[in-house]
Amino acid sequence: MLRDGKAITVSGITREFGPATAVDGISFEVDRGEFFGFLGPNGAGKTTLIRMLTTLLKPTSGQAIVSGFDVAEDPARVRKHIGVVPQAMTSDLDLTGRENMDIYGRFYGIRSGERKERIEYLLEMVGLAPRADDLVATYSGGMRRRLEIARVLVHKPALLFLDEPTIGLDPQSRRVVWELLKKLMQGDSITIFLTTHYMEEAELLCGRVAIIDAGKIIAMGSPAALKAGIPGNDIVTLKVGGLTDEIIGAMEKLPFVHKVSREEDSLAASVDNGAENLPQLIDVVRASGGAIVAASVHEQSLEDVFIHYTGKSIREEEARKVSFLIGAGMPQRLGR
Amino acid sequence: MTDLNAIYVIVMRELKKFVREKSRLVSSIARPLIWLFLVGAGMSRLVSPRAGMPYTRFIFPGILGMTILFSSIFSSISIIWDKEFGFLKEILVAPVRRSSIVIGKSLSGTAVSAIQVFIVLMTFPVIGERLSFLQVLLTLLVGLLVAFSISSFGIVIATFYENYESFSVIMNFIIMPMFFLSGAMYPVKLLPSALRWASRLNPLTYGVDALKNTMFQAKAGPMSPDFSFSLDMLVIALSSAVFVLLASVFFERKQ
Ligand SMILES: Nc1ncnc2c1ncn2[C@@H]1O[C@H](COP(=O)(O)OP(=O)(O)O)[C@@H](O)[C@H]1O
Ligand SMILES: [Mg+2]
Repeated sequence: MLRDGKAITVSGITREFGPATAVDGISFEVDRGEFFGFLGPNGAGKTTLIRMLTTLLKPTSGQAIVSGFDVAEDPARVRKHIGVVPQAMTSDLDLTGRENMDIYGRFYGIRSGERKERIEYLLEMVGLAPRADDLVATYSGGMRRRLEIARVLVHKPALLFLDEPTIGLDPQSRRVVWELLKKLMQGDSITIFLTTHYMEEAELLCGRVAIIDAGKIIAMGSPAALKAGIPGNDIVTLKVGGLTDEIIGAMEKLPFVHKVSREEDSLAASVDNGAENLPQLIDVVRASGGAIVAASVHEQSLEDVFIHYTGKSIREEEARKVSFLIGAGMPQRLGR
Repeated sequence: MTDLNAIYVIVMRELKKFVREKSRLVSSIARPLIWLFLVGAGMSRLVSPRAGMPYTRFIFPGILGMTILFSSIFSSISIIWDKEFGFLKEILVAPVRRSSIVIGKSLSGTAVSAIQVFIVLMTFPVIGERLSFLQVLLTLLVGLLVAFSISSFGIVIATFYENYESFSVIMNFIIMPMFFLSGAMYPVKLLPSALRWASRLNPLTYGVDALKNTMFQAKAGPMSPDFSFSLDMLVIALSSAVFVLLASVFFERKQ
């Protein structure tokens, strides 16, 4: 039933909103059993892409085959095989955790005995069993997220879509959700498609990552391959008193330095073997009249891959995104 | 089968939430009672009982219509919240027909309205109305059908809902005129001809009139029902079908 064993095959998918193009001719494939991630900043087109893959939005052009069926031509067949955890939290606050799961299970027509058993198992798995009969209104953000992940598993989807599953969570809750998703991958032969703008998340969870910006894939591969694909393997960050363009010019002449970018009085250089070459870098800065205020070396991350291809940082968007989320959360109470 | 089941689950969820939200229950029942007793008592002094009956008794079916109008439309509009921020966001990805979701949501509004209509209706002895058991039963049944028609109308409205501002537009330009032009507060036949025509285009008019037909004895005079019971029921049935159809089409297209 699944064409070539692929969970998802997308070719040239595009979605326009009036004059704006949210997703711009994207093509990729996801194997069954893969943990595939889309990494990109706010507004990159991740949610639009997920909405198309989950049959909620028609593509303007291009094609997507999900679980063996065309999302535009056969949405009902696609829906049978997938589960979706949307970006916004969707559990009912005035129902208990167990009731939320029960309603979802009933909606999928799962028989009573099997449903109860499955719900019990899943509540246990996500660590919510002791709080299952409390109203969701009393849950923390992380607990709500775990409930929503447990809920979407009630009907045993073969393919799971998660749109920014840890957005707005505190670092500790985020880690709990990560552990949960890792555990999921070890179990059944499930395929997970996740979007995120947290590079640690993509790096930690995904077997393969597509980096998306302005509706286009700019790089794709395993996190290791993506990092190997850009020059250098370390980033040296220096805070320099009296930073001038001459200092940067001098650094760029060094054979082990690939690229230097400046932000106010700090500079970040992508280099080979940062720890060993740091003393030499410091010497060059001093010789050109700069004073070192602080220095650090870290391994290149997916963030640096993003910066390499786009010249900007994913993180810049973060603050704006969180405030948007707070705004979007409001109407749920307002409406009743 | 899955679709029938889905309809059942949508209604069950709505009822569970409704029963749990005490403030919503209390305020939705308080509104019609305040109208009935305050407006009714005040106006009774102005409107002579010689016109047919005490004014409080005259507006009783209209107040039931108001109960249906408000609770059905509010319940239906929540389909938008559910879709953007809640339950439906995930459910729309389930293998269930869109028309089943629309019907489930209409029936939710119907169920929630019916509970309120029942409670308000049971105050009839207080205003000096005398109803037989059969009349109470028939009134409830008619109330159910009217609630279904108005709930599905509410979903049609909800598909035009864009943002919070449009809610006050709906309130001021749809709900209030619908109420005042429904014959709830004054007989349609006494209105100036332009307004009389507007009333005839209002689906709630036939609902209120059907309730008058089941409750009032007098079949003549200024306060009697404006149309025949069978015409009322015909319009309610036809408009329900049209609204469900429109709601399904619009809802499908809106995503
Ligand atoms: N319904 C819509 N109407 C108009 N523009 C939209 C709509 N949905 C998304 N967009 C635009 O498409 C772009 C991508 O949005 P989105 O897919 O939500 O990005 P992401 O999920 O990566 O943050 C943004 O510029 C956004 O403003
Ligand atoms: Mg998004």
